[in-house]
Amino acid sequence: MKHRYLPMTEQDQQDMLKTVGLNSIEDLFQDIPEEIRFKGDLPVSSALDEYALTSHLSALAAKNANTDQYPSFLGAGLYDHHIPSVINHVVSRSEFYTAYTPYQPEISQGELQAIFEFQSYICELTGMAVANASMYDGATALAEAGSLASAATKRKQLVVSAAVHPESRQVLHTYAHGLDLEIIEIPAKNGVTDMEKLAKAVSGDTAAVLVQNPNFFGSIEDLAAIGDLIHSHKGLMIVSTNPISLGLLEAPGKLGADIVVGDAQPLGISSSLGGPTCGFFAVSKDHMRRMPGRIVGQTVDHNGKRGFVLTLQAREQHIRREKATSNICSNQALLALCASVYMSVMGKQGMIEVGQLNLQKSHYAAGRLAGIPGVKLAFTSPYFNEFVIQLPDGTSVSEVNAKLLQKGYLGGYDLGRSYPELQGHMLVAVTERRTKEQIDQFASLLEGCL
Amino acid sequence: MIQEKALIFELSHPGRIAYSLPELDVPAEETASLIPASMLRSEPAALPEVYEVDVIRHYTELSRRNFGVDNGFYPLGSCTMKYNPKVNEDVARYAGFAKIHPYQPEESIQGALELLYQLQQDLAGLTGMDAVTLQPAAGAHGEWTGLMMIRAYHESRGEQRDKVIVPDSSHGTNPASASVAGLTTITIPSTDKGLVDLDALRAAVGSDTAALMLTNPNTLGLFEEQIQEIAAIVHEAGGLLYYDGANSNAIMGITRPGDMGFDVVHLNLHKTMSTPHGGGGPGAGPVGVKSRLVPFLPRPFVSQTEDGSFTLAGGNDQSIGRVKAYYGNFGILVRAYTYMRSYGPEGLRRVSECAVLNANYMMKRLEPYFDVPYPGICKHEFVMSGTPLKKYGVRTLDVAKRLLDFGYHPPTIYFPLNVEECMMIEPTETESKDTLDAFIDTMIQIAKEAEEQPELLLNAPYDTPVTRLDETTAARKPVLNCACS
Repeated sequence: MKHRYLPMTEQDQQDMLKTVGLNSIEDLFQDIPEEIRFKGDLPVSSALDEYALTSHLSALAAKNANTDQYPSFLGAGLYDHHIPSVINHVVSRSEFYTAYTPYQPEISQGELQAIFEFQSYICELTGMAVANASMYDGATALAEAGSLASAATKRKQLVVSAAVHPESRQVLHTYAHGLDLEIIEIPAKNGVTDMEKLAKAVSGDTAAVLVQNPNFFGSIEDLAAIGDLIHSHKGLMIVSTNPISLGLLEAPGKLGADIVVGDAQPLGISSSLGGPTCGFFAVSKDHMRRMPGRIVGQTVDHNGKRGFVLTLQAREQHIRREKATSNICSNQALLALCASVYMSVMGKQGMIEVGQLNLQKSHYAAGRLAGIPGVKLAFTSPYFNEFVIQLPDGTSVSEVNAKLLQKGYLGGYDLGRSYPELQGHMLVAVTERRTKEQIDQFASLLEGCL
Repeated sequence: MIQEKALIFELSHPGRIAYSLPELDVPAEETASLIPASMLRSEPAALPEVYEVDVIRHYTELSRRNFGVDNGFYPLGSCTMKYNPKVNEDVARYAGFAKIHPYQPEESIQGALELLYQLQQDLAGLTGMDAVTLQPAAGAHGEWTGLMMIRAYHESRGEQRDKVIVPDSSHGTNPASASVAGLTTITIPSTDKGLVDLDALRAAVGSDTAALMLTNPNTLGLFEEQIQEIAAIVHEAGGLLYYDGANSNAIMGITRPGDMGFDVVHLNLHKTMSTPHGGGGPGAGPVGVKSRLVPFLPRPFVSQTEDGSFTLAGGNDQSIGRVKAYYGNFGILVRAYTYMRSYGPEGLRRVSECAVLNANYMMKRLEPYFDVPYPGICKHEFVMSGTPLKKYGVRTLDVAKRLLDFGYHPPTIYFPLNVEECMMIEPTETESKDTLDAFIDTMIQIAKEAEEQPELLLNAPYDTPVTRLDETTAARKPVLNCACS
């Protein structure tokens, strides 16, 4: 058969088989026992020519409501921010996207420097000393942070706030089962971690407290107080953060965080049904050699010229095998590149401005929505670009969202999905992409749905 | 000489901007009235201040200092650096795929769920497994997911089995994943033919065996001919068989892990299914299982309801839980599905045939010049050793560095660990005979250079943006960011 990706002609095949000393293609597989050779038609979907292929996939894509057509008030960990045009142009450079992990630094300086700059950006935003090259996503980064804290403190207990993203906590539970770690969950009160219950739970057995800021409800936690509490027991504070909030909010590193993780999706990465995004992972200097994943360092070449290499590899699976700090091998380099380009575009001033736009628009929206009869803000804690509204008793958020969808809007997250006590509560996200007109329209549509 | 490249931070000029944001169209409140001052940033993050042309020129220059498959031949063994089709990139960027949220009402993402469902079916068919989860983000993530299911399976039967057996030629991720799953690794030696030593395996299995992890063809590029017997030994001991799918490019349509006796399989879609490696990721590592492991699959997965619509079913009570936020690396899954549909069943088989013939052709032609420890037939990749060059003071590393001057990405070197001065070469099916011949001729030339002018290799490369880098100092005195503030 001929195919546009396959160069081997009949003549090539004959010539090559002759060199190898075989008569047929079948002979190449003579070492596979007859009984396990596959016979018949492989049960996979049929082949399509390129035009039929793009038509088929366009049709599938058209069945989905996309956020360019449907103004979205849905966040819950994935946000509808503006993605500057230049990002796609940079990550479409195939020198970047068709390369692998930079094992040969002499011909991979572009990727290595881009990662070094990514690490620098993450350190700047989070206020931490060291960052790695990226993780699969924010959820697995949080789980790996728990694993690091356990190894560093030689303790087996992790205390996690219920105001951490429910899916991150689920992933944490899965990892903890593998690593034989105990997880204690602390409920939220008024939209933030219940400090009294946290104080009671934390002890000299606690490896770390894991919190999110802004948390899953959008509220801002008192990180300094949480840090003081866990540090008094010689445990670590792990903070999962939304990086786009850090133009406005204090860097977790300045508030006592020992490990800062999060998902870089808000920094120029499309939501893409939740993946691929990009986890980030930053630590204080003490924990540098326990970090999972790839790390790029600066050095010089034989001529004294600045260059970059993968470094501290003695932590990693290809050297340490079962004694590695993590099993992670590939990361999310191309998405880390998106985030780097985003931060280059935004710069010092843009990160502040985009934070302000999110803050102001979300507060305007909260005022509008709380003005609907029967609707109120669930919590009084300060928040960044996401907040919780309580709908009238007996209202089903999923039914409201189905009606909003028919009107061309994507409503907020149904908190009853993850918090049984929050039936009838909607988590509403408002980014810089939402106009006053859309917010007003959303408010009046929501009112009409109730 | 190519100049040093400035860091983006070094291009900063206060007052320049590269962003364009909407005007604030709602009444502005005082920031301090919304958020307590103690929670606000005390000093701005020291990000660079550049304009858009700086951004584009900076990253374009960086890209020119990078080598990808589109730049040239990239025979990096075990990584399957095949061509990344462009149509896949277009499709993944359709707004209906790129701009959707996993928490939208299910009726508004039916196209996405249909694609995922069909991909689950196709991957199950390809590997001979009963069900597939698309959640894992990468191969190692898939390994760990599979091992967690194996662990849960044994625990559900009231058995304490915590040993994972791996051959000495296995990928480093195998034992590392076992550790993260709370299991202990036993490494067994390979025979002098490069295959699993059955006697060593028999001695290693027992009532504590959780699983054997195997790559087949293995990392030497050899098919484990006694796979049925291997499976029988492990199964009779009560253990399960885990298939590391890193080398699946050798066997599509030719043989299936499910038919070989494997219970769990992961595939690296960024290898076999052509999704781009992205400079180190993102990948995708779906895991397929036989029916007895279906109850333990991660939550959630896509299923079809009676009315024909698609849904993210909750999953079974015995599920190991969630392994990643949301539903896997969807954008990568879209590319993989597009790839599989571009070939169909016959095409995928042809992919493996071409990949295997290419590897055998290269091995045969290079055999006279390097040491090929496992002659005969290889699968999609093969190993050879640089030991014949040691007498000239030249090592495999030097050969690899010299290849850079000829515009090639070198093979994987010093892996697997059981071959001295190893070079692991995987040409893939998307390279032409002309490309292979040119590379082979270069390798022959380098072997000759090693004999006649070894210093030429020892100081290589010459034509790259930097020469060899001081990795020792990088690790001893780490400089891991620009420390701008």
